[in-house]
Amino acid sequence: MMNRVVITGLGIYSCLGDNLDQVRDSLFQGKSGIVLEQVRKEMGFRSGLTGRVNKPVLKGMLDRRMRVGLAEQGEYAYLSTREALAKARIDEDYLENHEVGVLFGNDSSSQAVVHAADTIREKKDTTLIGSGSVFQSMNSTVTMNLATIFKLKGVNFTISGACASGSHSIGMAYFLIKHGYQNAVVCGGAQEINPFSMGSFDALGTFSILEDQPHKASRPFDKNRDGLIPSGGAATVILESYENAVKRGAPILAEVIGYGFSSNGGHISQPNVDGPVRSIQMSIKDAGIPVSDIDYVNAHATSTPVGDMYEARALYQVFGGSRPLITSTKGMTGHECWMAGASEVVYSMLMMQNDFVAPNINFETPDEDSAKLNITSKTVEKNIDAFLSNSFGFGGTNSSLIIKKFK
Amino acid sequence: MTREEVIEKINQFLIEEFEVEEDQLVPEGNLKETVGLDSLDYVDLVVVIESNFGFKVKGEDFVTIKTLQDFYDYIVAKVAEKEAK
Repeated sequence: MMNRVVITGLGIYSCLGDNLDQVRDSLFQGKSGIVLEQVRKEMGFRSGLTGRVNKPVLKGMLDRRMRVGLAEQGEYAYLSTREALAKARIDEDYLENHEVGVLFGNDSSSQAVVHAADTIREKKDTTLIGSGSVFQSMNSTVTMNLATIFKLKGVNFTISGACASGSHSIGMAYFLIKHGYQNAVVCGGAQEINPFSMGSFDALGTFSILEDQPHKASRPFDKNRDGLIPSGGAATVILESYENAVKRGAPILAEVIGYGFSSNGGHISQPNVDGPVRSIQMSIKDAGIPVSDIDYVNAHATSTPVGDMYEARALYQVFGGSRPLITSTKGMTGHECWMAGASEVVYSMLMMQNDFVAPNINFETPDEDSAKLNITSKTVEKNIDAFLSNSFGFGGTNSSLIIKKFK
Repeated sequence: MTREEVIEKINQFLIEEFEVEEDQLVPEGNLKETVGLDSLDYVDLVVVIESNFGFKVKGEDFVTIKTLQDFYDYIVAKVAEKEAK
């Protein structure tokens, strides 16, 4: 007997706002969170564009020992998780007495590593690095800290799947609950945004250099797109078995009905059409619904010339007949990398809960491939019963999730 | 630096950096139980001592330090040793 898997809580901390209400409004208004950061130019970046996220102030919310192990993205994840648990009506007492797990997508933690290396070079004494560095530096920094802060007792590890990490974390939690291994899992994605974390990515020349107009620079699917813009923050999604949610009297926001994944089996950074198509088709097969039931697709499209082209072709191959509304919210957010798969589920959930499709801003001139899709550059007020969210990453990792209104 | 100045400096970083409450700063109090420092805080004490007093201490030295008074005495002696050089 398979369990139905439902979403009972959401939390977000991103360049579109510090909480669900702010982010919902930004999405509806098509607001951009992109800025030009001068310090990046001084550091020798080819592009100084980035998403801008408010610096959290956790003093007074968490004691010192809890704070020193938190890397930048861990701070964001603490805030998004706090919001999600509150929305799901899960309190300390519940966490103390039940096995709630944590699976988060995270694929780097650069700043603490750089600072520790600087101390070693300068002081030649590792004791002067301090106690927080190791807990901030590891890839599992987010899950190890969240599990400690919230005293979680279920599954506890990090998923590193490049820019599909956040999406895979939701997919994995969905599997664990569906097959009865966990009743509830806190999942999501977190992404650091400091310049140290983005220098090597900038080195590839994949960032947009439309620095004169930061708000116009991220242009997914537009003919004149010239690259992605790095961004970050954190998003949390609370997944539970339907039975568990009902037993707790929790608010049921939606149901996860499909997860698909694949690997391109090709180039490390150049995607293809076949891999994403197989991932999307697997999620549709898992969901057991006709393609035409998907009302909205939140595309991965990051605003790179080649990536968007391949995704447009993959989407056309699967959805060419049904033509659902498609947008990439990265026009507003930039590319939230490890977090994107989770944040875009939160963004799409906000759209589904509030009956609108957020615009693919800066989509002004379609190209040959995007012209065949039903992409909207304006906010569309519309009922969404089911959406699909795509996430792809380096090494050819692909993830597709289908989420439906709970009925 | 006088003994009082050293103690004041120590109390200041315990309050500001380690968020110890002022009423926990009892000289005869145990560093772990009364002042509330754990084994990881000792790692950070080494860093704070280096930046405040300009000398390095070894984590092993803390084995014999039980109370806040022991800690004051240890640092006062180390400061005097440094100033004598």
